[in-house]
Amino acid sequence: MLKKILASATVAVSLFAGAAQAADLTLYSGRGESFVQPIIDQFERDTGIKVNVRYGGTAQLAVLIQEEGRRSPADLFWGQDAGAMGALANANLLATLPRGTFKDIPDIYRSETRQWIATSGRARVIAYSTERASAEEIPGSVFDLTDERFKGRIAIPPTNGGFQSFITAMRVAHGDERTLEWLRGIKANEPKIFRNNTTAVAGIADGEADFALVNNYYLPRFVAADANFPVAQTFFDKGDIGNLVNVAGIAVLESSKNKRNAQKLVEYLVSPAAQQYFTSVVNEYPVTANVISNPVLTDLKVVLDAAPRMNLDKLEDLDGTLALLRRAGLL
Amino acid sequence: MASQTLSSSQPNSAFLAPHRRAPLILLIPAALVALCMVIPLVYLVLRAMQADSAQVMELVFRPKNLELLLNTLYLTGGVLAVGTFLALPLAWLVTRTDIPGRRLITILAVVPLAIPGYVMAYALLGIGGRYGVAARLFDISIPNIQGYWGAVLALALYTFPYLFLNLRAALQGLDSSLEESAQSLGYSRFAIWRSIIMPHLLPALMAGYLVVGLYVLGDFGAVALMRYEAFSYAIYTQYAGAFDRIYAAWLSIMLLALALAFVVMEIFVLRRKRLASVGSGTARTAPAVRLGRLRPIAYLYLALVFGSSIALPGAMLAYWLVLAPPDVSVFMQVPWTFLRSASAALPAALLAALLALPLCYLAVRYPSRFSTTVERSTYIGYALPPLTLGLALVFFALQTAFFLYQTMALLIIGWTMATLVLAMGPIRSAILQARPNLEEASQALGYGPLATFYHVVFPRLKRGVVAGVVLVFMFCMKELPITILLAPTGFNTLAVSVFSRTTEGLMAEAAPFAAAIVIFSGISVSMILRREKFS
Repeated sequence: MLKKILASATVAVSLFAGAAQAADLTLYSGRGESFVQPIIDQFERDTGIKVNVRYGGTAQLAVLIQEEGRRSPADLFWGQDAGAMGALANANLLATLPRGTFKDIPDIYRSETRQWIATSGRARVIAYSTERASAEEIPGSVFDLTDERFKGRIAIPPTNGGFQSFITAMRVAHGDERTLEWLRGIKANEPKIFRNNTTAVAGIADGEADFALVNNYYLPRFVAADANFPVAQTFFDKGDIGNLVNVAGIAVLESSKNKRNAQKLVEYLVSPAAQQYFTSVVNEYPVTANVISNPVLTDLKVVLDAAPRMNLDKLEDLDGTLALLRRAGLL
Repeated sequence: MASQTLSSSQPNSAFLAPHRRAPLILLIPAALVALCMVIPLVYLVLRAMQADSAQVMELVFRPKNLELLLNTLYLTGGVLAVGTFLALPLAWLVTRTDIPGRRLITILAVVPLAIPGYVMAYALLGIGGRYGVAARLFDISIPNIQGYWGAVLALALYTFPYLFLNLRAALQGLDSSLEESAQSLGYSRFAIWRSIIMPHLLPALMAGYLVVGLYVLGDFGAVALMRYEAFSYAIYTQYAGAFDRIYAAWLSIMLLALALAFVVMEIFVLRRKRLASVGSGTARTAPAVRLGRLRPIAYLYLALVFGSSIALPGAMLAYWLVLAPPDVSVFMQVPWTFLRSASAALPAALLAALLALPLCYLAVRYPSRFSTTVERSTYIGYALPPLTLGLALVFFALQTAFFLYQTMALLIIGWTMATLVLAMGPIRSAILQARPNLEEASQALGYGPLATFYHVVFPRLKRGVVAGVVLVFMFCMKELPITILLAPTGFNTLAVSVFSRTTEGLMAEAAPFAAAIVIFSGISVSMILRREKFS
């Protein structure tokens, strides 16, 4: 009995140890598995390069890479927002990408030092229940959500990279003091805390909250599956910080030993096929021009018109934002 | 959680001849194990101390901590209260009444142990909400079961069998002559319960409360799925959401202190009670109470308990598997994921048994202060909240042993540390049962300790070793928090698959993995049932 157990254990372990090491690339993804894995699978089929993905929060993985330093097992980092990319670039952990990678990419979608590249654009919105709320109830500014009438009705995902980046933008635009005051006001309004945007939007449909501060591309997924989904989304007044337009970005780590294959994945993600996937399936905005636009999405011109002016390179102070969220008791 | 009691009484015949010194071949591995058990604690403290004193003050006296503490205490209180409500009447019914099918009821009361807290949470989460089973099948719109009550229910429905088993044993062992005397002195039934039975059940209840309380403190899956901000969930949020290692380390230390407080509290409560049968003669078992008109109420109660703890999760799994199944490809992943889980759980189980052998042998045959210390040190790994243990090992790998970082070896080490105590139980019993004369004879004939062990001791321990391996293996197959922190990139176990899919609201996609865990745990529970030999 014991011998049999031992023998099968040895076989099983060596089998899986071998399989685990066979991957050519290790990707740390701050983006969710349901969005990332399909395109990674496609990349593996198209190129024969095997990719191991470690999923986590954008901030978690960005800080983890800083902790691991040059020894990091990761070859690439795919973050949910420009801020985390900036933080890693500042720490000199990212490799410079070849100029050719940025050929068709507009300026707002790249870092000045060419250390990361945007893979898609997205807008912050306020989602609301069509059963228990209405568009008229949406205030002009995100700052008004501290009002008494929103008590117990707002859903936020404070551990989510997109939300954290929005807070960083608020700090850049309005200062730490006003941001902290707002966060404390939100906390006092007893918000419903969710892990991510998907569950926050689902939480509205499930009756747990009436409003949610999320990215634009989660709701269309639900609506595609269920035309009567009782949630809608909209912007605050033009130029409000609550309408921030941000990007998801990818970078190759300076410490990577597989830079050539890593570069292939970067190029794959800005290729027409991948850009079409982000646009049509994930409901994000493409970063290249040659893509058939998605009829579900609000026109990018309208989105950019509503968005506040913000230099995404300025959103790198992740630590300061996390500290503020903690001081407000939201983390 | 321990599924058996570890006896510490040692018959004298188990010692080798006195004054014999333990061979180094036993002492060295024992010392190494004890050292390993302390390492995570050291690293946790080191990491916590990286903050300067002003920062420490800020971290420790943060108002959020008080909120977490209160939340954790409310949760523990709630789970114990609901657990008692489920377990106490059940234990009374099967020990003191004439309700038919007492054996079946007893077995059913242990079955929920096969449904881990996070699977129970999964089942509860699938009921309400827009896409819940209630809305799909019956067109009833009910809110999601989540937050405080969700966490309380998921944990209570999973852990109440521990309370039940303890209470049942205590009720069976209670000398009914005390009750009879009280009755003859004119005490009402209620008064007898209050002043005689309850005080005598207290030790059993407290022991059960301690096991369940410590589990609730350490549980991560159920509270995270229910989004209830208890300590362990906050540690995970700090680690996963913000990767704030120093604050996470402090929260871990606070959680550890709370666990210690639970242990001390139990000792304190029991110390004030002295319960002993002073009369001579043997205890008598109480005559069965005839339920009579109460019988329908008892049946209703049984339906409530087993309906919520067994039928509900079973029906939910059946719904997502049969009526609204996921894509076939999801089912295809299950065997691979199972094998992957097993490929790490089996080495952990073998390692735990391998380490438990010299430890138990040392403790039984060469009792000394050293061997007792080593033996007790293994409880550290078991009593540490699993997230704390995992986090400490992450720090250890990052700072000192980077070659272990994100490897399967580290996961196996983590699991082994958490389960060594489980492996030691049956192995120690086996050594206690094996008489030492043969070993003495072997040594007298000139065999060294190693040869003696191999030829004489080991053959008689096989059953114990296999039992130890099986117990650890079963535990690791459904382990969640340590796995989440230590698993290598891309290494998804059954438990992690259930958890990550449920957090994304993918109930159907989680179902095959949850079902695999329940079936597998069901086998393990039935094996434990057979070991305990229910009468």
